Amino acid sequence: MDTFRADLHIHTVLSPCGSLEMSPARIIQEAVNKNLDILAITDHNSTRQCRVVMEMGRKAGITVWGGAEINTREEVHCLVFFDDMAGIERLQNWLDQWLMVIKNRPDYFGDQVWVDEEENILGEEERLLIMALDRNLDQCYEAVHEMGGVFAPAHIDRPSNSLTSQLGFVPPDVRAEGLEISPGVSPEEVRARGWDKMKPLLAGSDAHQPEKVGTHLTIMKMKNTGLEECKNALARKGGRYVFPRIMK
Amino acid sequence: MTVNDVVQQLGLSIYGGEKGLGRSVTGGYVSDLLSDVMGNASEGDVWITLQTHKNVVAVASLKEVAAVVLVKGLKPDADTLAQGNEEEIPVLGSELETFDLAGRLYVLLNDDK
Repeated sequence: MDTFRADLHIHTVLSPCGSLEMSPARIIQEAVNKNLDILAITDHNSTRQCRVVMEMGRKAGITVWGGAEINTREEVHCLVFFDDMAGIERLQNWLDQWLMVIKNRPDYFGDQVWVDEEENILGEEERLLIMALDRNLDQCYEAVHEMGGVFAPAHIDRPSNSLTSQLGFVPPDVRAEGLEISPGVSPEEVRARGWDKMKPLLAGSDAHQPEKVGTHLTIMKMKNTGLEECKNALARKGGRYVFPRIMK
Repeated sequence: MTVNDVVQQLGLSIYGGEKGLGRSVTGGYVSDLLSDVMGNASEGDVWITLQTHKNVVAVASLKEVAAVVLVKGLKPDADTLAQGNEEEIPVLGSELETFDLAGRLYVLLNDDK
């Protein structure tokens, strides 16, 4: 069994709020510099930038999971992970089906382009990605579960777009593989609210700029960096486990 | 004025929590952020929202609001309804949008004073 350092919440140039510096090449460079083993690419409601980052990660010896930070009907942000393109395509088809369609205004919200290894633009998403999906929290969990992905409500402590802000508190019986805590929360608050007793906790930097990559980590004890092992670790099977570095 | 009076006057649907229809209504509150409702709604309010998650009933019960009204024809999730019945919080519905429903509730409560 090995111990892996994972940043499980990273935006790219594709997210309207993501810096144009968040290209696949720059993200992988940051991950190499910061000795990360696993990254998760989680743009708002889109997987379009995942493939290039995954391929570049493979060449650099870094595992990249693809997925998205989806926005439920309640406007709760949730992280979704896959480690294969088939799963990512299933997720993209589902997102295309349920994203409420409003056209992006790049001058208001930011650019939504995805790029190749050399930062040439491959495509532009016309629909505003920060809109909500027309699916509620439970429907999102069920869909992701059926597709074979991992589902974890994001930054549960945050005063916006979180379980806490939108639904008042984390439902003790929330259906999810894990819960992500934000870089801003203290271990004391996490314990006081009992979140560490509800589900395995995850952490990610929520990086929108390159320098933020790797600033908030999940430590994962498991056999390899495949998504099946992630699921096993989240289920605490056979001595595997995960925890946010700040909770050690 | 009771929840039942509000139901009659505004033509609301009753999804569940019928045992609470006799609760007294003293005001209204409009918000879709449950964190905000927890901080600011008052006992006896009719709470108008578009959220349908079962935490709605937990927050309604905690704040002792008189009833919850879902707007735009939205239906409560199944577990929301079950909890509404258990907590005896009326879970009501309207086809109206929030602005129109809140306006009518405001007029109704002020005419009653």
